[in-house]
Amino acid sequence: MNYRMILYLLGWVLNIQGLCFLLPVAVGLFYGEAQWQSYALMTLICLVLGVLLILKKPKRTVFYTKEGFVTVALSWLLMSLTGALPFYLSKEIPHFLDALFEMASGYTTTGASILRNVEALSHCALFWRSFSHWIGGMGVLVFLIAIVPLTGGHIMSLMKAESPGPSVEKFVPRVRQTAFILYSIYFALTVLESMLLLAGGMPWFDAITTAFGTAGTGGFAIRNASMGFPYVHAHYLQTVVTVFMLLFGVNFSVYYLLLSKNIKKALKSEELRWYIGIVAFSILCITLNIYRQFYGGNALEALHHAAFSVSSVISTTGFATTDFSRWPTVSRVILFTLMFIGASAGSTGGGIKVSRIILLVKSSLREIMSIVHPRGVNVVKLDKKRVSEDVIKGTISYFILCILIYVVSVFIVSFDGFDFTTSLSAVAATLNNIGPGFDLVGPAGNYAAFSPLSKLVLIFDMLAGRLELFPMLILFSPHTWKGSLGAMKRRLSWKKESM
Amino acid sequence: MNIIIVGCGKVGAALAEQLIAEGHDITVVDQDPKQVTAVTNRCDVMGVIGNGVSHSIQKDAGIEYADMLIAMTGSDEQNLLCCLIAKKASNCITIARVRNPDYINERGFIKEKLGISMIVNPELETAAEITRLFSIPSAMEVDTFARGRIELLKTMLPSDSPLLGVPLKNALGKLSGKILICAIERGNEVIIPSGDDILQPGDAISFVAARREAGQFFKKAGFSKGHIKSILIVGGSKIGFYLARRLSEYGFRVKLIEKDQERCVFLNAALPDSVVIINGDGSDQNLLLEEGIEDADGFAALTDIDEENLMLSLFVRSHFRAKTVTKVNKMNFEGIIERLSVGSVVYPKFITSEMILSYVRALENSTGSNVQTLYNIVGGKAQALEFNVRSQSAAVGKPLMELQLKKNLLLCCISRHGKIIVPSGRDSVQLGDTVVVVTTDRSLADFKDILA
Repeated sequence: MNYRMILYLLGWVLNIQGLCFLLPVAVGLFYGEAQWQSYALMTLICLVLGVLLILKKPKRTVFYTKEGFVTVALSWLLMSLTGALPFYLSKEIPHFLDALFEMASGYTTTGASILRNVEALSHCALFWRSFSHWIGGMGVLVFLIAIVPLTGGHIMSLMKAESPGPSVEKFVPRVRQTAFILYSIYFALTVLESMLLLAGGMPWFDAITTAFGTAGTGGFAIRNASMGFPYVHAHYLQTVVTVFMLLFGVNFSVYYLLLSKNIKKALKSEELRWYIGIVAFSILCITLNIYRQFYGGNALEALHHAAFSVSSVISTTGFATTDFSRWPTVSRVILFTLMFIGASAGSTGGGIKVSRIILLVKSSLREIMSIVHPRGVNVVKLDKKRVSEDVIKGTISYFILCILIYVVSVFIVSFDGFDFTTSLSAVAATLNNIGPGFDLVGPAGNYAAFSPLSKLVLIFDMLAGRLELFPMLILFSPHTWKGSLGAMKRRLSWKKESM
Repeated sequence: MNIIIVGCGKVGAALAEQLIAEGHDITVVDQDPKQVTAVTNRCDVMGVIGNGVSHSIQKDAGIEYADMLIAMTGSDEQNLLCCLIAKKASNCITIARVRNPDYINERGFIKEKLGISMIVNPELETAAEITRLFSIPSAMEVDTFARGRIELLKTMLPSDSPLLGVPLKNALGKLSGKILICAIERGNEVIIPSGDDILQPGDAISFVAARREAGQFFKKAGFSKGHIKSILIVGGSKIGFYLARRLSEYGFRVKLIEKDQERCVFLNAALPDSVVIINGDGSDQNLLLEEGIEDADGFAALTDIDEENLMLSLFVRSHFRAKTVTKVNKMNFEGIIERLSVGSVVYPKFITSEMILSYVRALENSTGSNVQTLYNIVGGKAQALEFNVRSQSAAVGKPLMELQLKKNLLLCCISRHGKIIVPSGRDSVQLGDTVVVVTTDRSLADFKDILA
């Protein structure tokens, strides 16, 4: 383990965190709210600690996948912890665990809240919550790679650990440029959405925070009614959000291909086609299921809300225009399934990811084929290219781990004694980074009632879900630390002896 | 520059690593996913899996935006075809590795008619390097600058050398204006010497000299060895073949031992009759003795197994007087091999990548005064760099004694209009000069960086 290098990178993360705190400070000063002081204090603390850690660049920069995973997991824990402090210091969220839950939910772009009344928060707190979605969506280490000149091929392991999907591909030879391109696309889409929202008559604060929430596929809203807008053009605004939620759930390599004028190849992406297919099918089923009962036969209105909810859940955003947990069972089952499917690989969304689902389906069908034709040869293909058995093995074990974590978490959460749907959907909505589930934790509810233990479990689930399980599991696996801690002790004792 | 490397085996990977360190953007293409992931995990490169000859794979690797394509696959024909297609696809600079002796006389034709910018033959280059080492028997390493006009030689002084124990400024006497000792290796330490330093027994020294002067220096330093006349080669693979041919052309008496009967027949047919081919196991002591290792002046261990080569050289050096050259192909423990006292060691993969690197640097160099050639010397602890001074800077035009140079840096040689100058404090660097600098500082990129 290269501890020096890990600390050095954590120092940079703290610096970025410190600079990010300046934004809510500005918002607080603009609205004349006293809470800005706690953000300013945190800026100072983070920058002092961060600068101390990066003062000396480590001599040995050798870095392996293990270190990459540990760094990413530690960074996200550190960001959630420091990010939660201003809520606690300004007493807007009186319990630290609640503040931590809120912040972990923000950075992991979950959008699950413990707040009963969001509208009571100050502007800087609201801004900070939404901004954490934006940073968490693309990832802070990807940002770090884009702006800090780190050298060595090993930094790719940071990006691999933070970006979602079974395999991370570069657009251009350099990691740094790839990260830069990703953030540019991300930034441009966010600006475009805020413009369209402003054009619909939304005030700028609403427009920016909504765009942050959509871009990161987060789901924190600044109103209790989430995306139920009190504005004249509510339908237009909701449609804009629907479209952008879907767009942010698409693999960003598609946008890169479009930008480099490779339109044919972009549209041929198998994952994109499945993604669109699943969305279209779900919208159709739900519309048919609800339009009579809930919208008095107004099919267009039903379509509008069905489209919004489906986009919101499959992109793992978690905005709501209506309380979908009161919809009939068929609709709820579809939404619950979508929670697990999630967005595309290489997007800002969570869940298992469409490409993994494709691989799982294809490799399972292959097993059936191999029983019918015992000597038949079948390789799994994606985008007409062969997928290696290693990737398939990895995908299957990812799926199994996901289910295992889900079952264990549900078991622990069930001790709180809530009803079946609430317990199941609370874990599903946090592990897959959606936010609202059904019933008590539905769009109209919140997570405040859970016990501290359950909240801790859900925080772990959110982080594990955002980082795609392995970084968090490796951080807590004894194998990671065995040997290397011993080696550090030996080195220290050897130093003492030699002195 | 955007560079695509097709084929990432030993040389391809080493090349990618060095090109990245010099700031180029690299994409590697290989058919074997394992090779590609091995490289992408280690360096900051983009990997593409597939047949690099295919146009669509080249497009995936971004051939439209590439400035150069280097074909390094195992097959000569694939490399040539790959370059041809790339040339048509984007008119980039192409470099192909072609190693089959069948094509050796067609390099000119290939370059001119097929439009391939550079043909690299690692085995031929390695043979050339070994020939240089045998031509200057007292040198352990020979690197060349200014198109071969300046040589940087490394040698170990004999224990009774008259140069020992005298300050350097007095030691060289008449030769002092023609030769410059630029690095002394003492144990694990590297000293960039001044005139007051004193040589001690066991020092390995590196010095710069014009081509003719080196022999005089060796005579003065007390080397008794005369010229090499007879050479024994073990291993008749491609390097062995090229080396035997070249050495026999230069008039050496060459004996070559090869295990494989059929290969021996081929070698006997293809090589001049003056080369004696022996079919037998070169690692057999008795065979070596029988074939007169006692009387041989030179010995080259060129089998396919690195360990065997090292053992052979150690054996020959401990019992006989022959100068040994050892080929090391795969192993990457240079620091250790240096310490083994095996004499001269050649690394074909570095020779190849070094050639391509200097070609790339020369391309970059058409404007500034950047590094033209770079050699890692004294076991990688110091670097010898060649600059073409093409732009005006504070370091140009002033007498050297007025310049504040960096610590541990020595300006050893200036080549001006084909004349070699070993500079004193009164000399100055002019525009258009080629300058050789030895330093332990690794950050030099431009000639003006020599100033503190």
